Amino acid sequence: MPGTSVSPANLAAIQAVVERHRGQAGALLPILHAIQDDLGWVPPEAIPVIAAALNQSRAEIHGVVSFYHHFRTSPPGRHVVQVCRAESCQAKGGVALEEHAKRSLGIDWHQTTPDGAVSLEPVYCLGNCACSPAIRVGDEILGRVSCARFDRVIEGLREEVPA
Amino acid sequence: MSIRIFIPIDSGALSVGAEDVAQAIAAEAATRGLDIEVVRNGSRGLYWLEPLVEVDTHAGRLAFGPVAPEDVPALFDAGFHEGGMHRLGHGLTEHIPFLAGQERLTFRRVGITDPLSLADYEAHGGFEGLLKAVGLDGAAIVKEVTDSGLRGRGGAAFPTGIKWNTVLHAAGPDKYVVCNADEGDSGTFSDRMLMEGDPYCLIEGMTIAGLAVGARHGYIYLRSEYPHAFHTLQQAIARAREAGWLGSDVAGSGRSFELEVRLGAGAYVCGEETAMLESLEGKRGIVRFKPPLPAIQGLFGKPTVINNVMSLAAVPLILARGAAFYRDYGMGRSHGTLPFQLAGNLRHPGLVEKAFGITLRELLLDYGGGSASGRPIRAVQVGGPLGAYVPESQFDVPLDYEAYAAMGAMIGHGGLVAFDDTADMARLARYAMEFCATESCGKCTPCRIGSTRGVEVIDRIIADENRDANLALLDSLCDTMLNGSLCALGGMAPYPVKSALTHFPQDFGIAPVTAE
Repeated sequence: MPGTSVSPANLAAIQAVVERHRGQAGALLPILHAIQDDLGWVPPEAIPVIAAALNQSRAEIHGVVSFYHHFRTSPPGRHVVQVCRAESCQAKGGVALEEHAKRSLGIDWHQTTPDGAVSLEPVYCLGNCACSPAIRVGDEILGRVSCARFDRVIEGLREEVPA
Repeated sequence: MSIRIFIPIDSGALSVGAEDVAQAIAAEAATRGLDIEVVRNGSRGLYWLEPLVEVDTHAGRLAFGPVAPEDVPALFDAGFHEGGMHRLGHGLTEHIPFLAGQERLTFRRVGITDPLSLADYEAHGGFEGLLKAVGLDGAAIVKEVTDSGLRGRGGAAFPTGIKWNTVLHAAGPDKYVVCNADEGDSGTFSDRMLMEGDPYCLIEGMTIAGLAVGARHGYIYLRSEYPHAFHTLQQAIARAREAGWLGSDVAGSGRSFELEVRLGAGAYVCGEETAMLESLEGKRGIVRFKPPLPAIQGLFGKPTVINNVMSLAAVPLILARGAAFYRDYGMGRSHGTLPFQLAGNLRHPGLVEKAFGITLRELLLDYGGGSASGRPIRAVQVGGPLGAYVPESQFDVPLDYEAYAAMGAMIGHGGLVAFDDTADMARLARYAMEFCATESCGKCTPCRIGSTRGVEVIDRIIADENRDANLALLDSLCDTMLNGSLCALGGMAPYPVKSALTHFPQDFGIAPVTAE
């Protein structure tokens, strides 16, 4: 489980990402995406590395990281589960699913279960409105998610052996 | 000869198990020693039937759905792969009423072809528009688009040709084409379906735009909530480049056009065009003042065409078949077709591409099949989270940009979210303000502060605290947001609130006003 600081290997990974993208026009979002794809979050140690490479202030980089809902500034659980809160899902029982997700996991939005298996995030539309209500697990979208299906999904995630 | 079986790879179909079905069919065919070819197509947009499996026969494609992996042995027992009958069968796909009544122009290939097959794309009319454009000068391409009457499908409905003309005549060697694929409105998924189901169509439309205005670089700004579309687009761009449809010599024209996909990061406001440009430049997605217009000073300060996926995807056909062909669809000043997206509480949710002028009643009942719950449909939110709630009494107004504007609503991106009579409209009004508060970029006060105050005022109205005074306050607040916000986020968030109040006052604890 990563703590609040990154290992030398992760710092090297961050530096490699920054080197790979720094020449791109408007490189900051691609850099942040690449870091989060690698590490699961954007650690504070990444900020000065990016700032130096892009010739921007640390405040500017931090400002961008904090603006976007997608970027995490704390390490997630082994799986990130997003539950759609938007209107189409609301019309198909989404509010009950939100409540069920929080209650059954015993956590609120933006929190991680004590066993480190699942982080719960709200999301505003997954573009799966014809199969509402929808959730996203990693890069997989799931539709027509009843509370029972949600429980089966979570059970499956908990059973997965951490890599 | 092997039997061709189509199983969608669209993320909506995958979300309800299409991958498991594909594996089950392949395994079952292998066990039975049958020679089948599985094609992973886009979705036909009949989502209540997904996973929808189609079998190619001499008479056409037969539809079976919704198929679960455990249905697969029985389907083979019934000989579905040879046209046999089964309880999940729906006959010829093209004859299913939901599909048969549509006017599919932009979506003419989606669900039919293998999304990444260039051979399929060309066999179904792909690149005809681009090849026509290659032989024209920029002004002639712009004229064709202008004459077609195409208006921006992202929501603002600005004439596409006029926008292109401004960029064509803007000075400077560096110009950009940016596709706004930040489809954030709830109830909309047409951009996603097209990008996953027919990505070359968007690539072709953007390339034509590049040739028209003299831009050599294009970006697709795609929302991060669409991981499948991201992978499909990246592969499609690589294949198109390899085949010479993109790159330094587009279709042998000697002109260059490069294309790149960039991911957003979960900010609804980045669907606003100037916030999107900021985001592409690597900044916070803060809305810019206009003027200058992006067509004059857009991405990296250069003249930039910004269009929605649906606008750009309409362009290849306009070039291929001519402006008049497209213009003849629709009514009034709303020309062409709009891919409507039926979502929320409907029996038959999905994609319906029709000419402008159809009514909500036709879409909800004839296509949508009424509510999924079997209860009366009470309200429909048209045009996303900033769109008005339309009550049953207005279901017969034709869907036309002007007719909708006249009743204080908007068609937007064509998303319809239906609610049955259990919907609490006061809670939905509160949600609209809450959403605006969550997603506000923070630049202008009416949106940043107004949305938070809006949530509080609605809470007080619901709790019957000083209701009349708070209703007056809410009215004034909505007026400030409508007229004082910098962009449509704060400027339109009052639409769902005010329409809910006007049409469903009883949900707020107010006695309905009865006619004299």
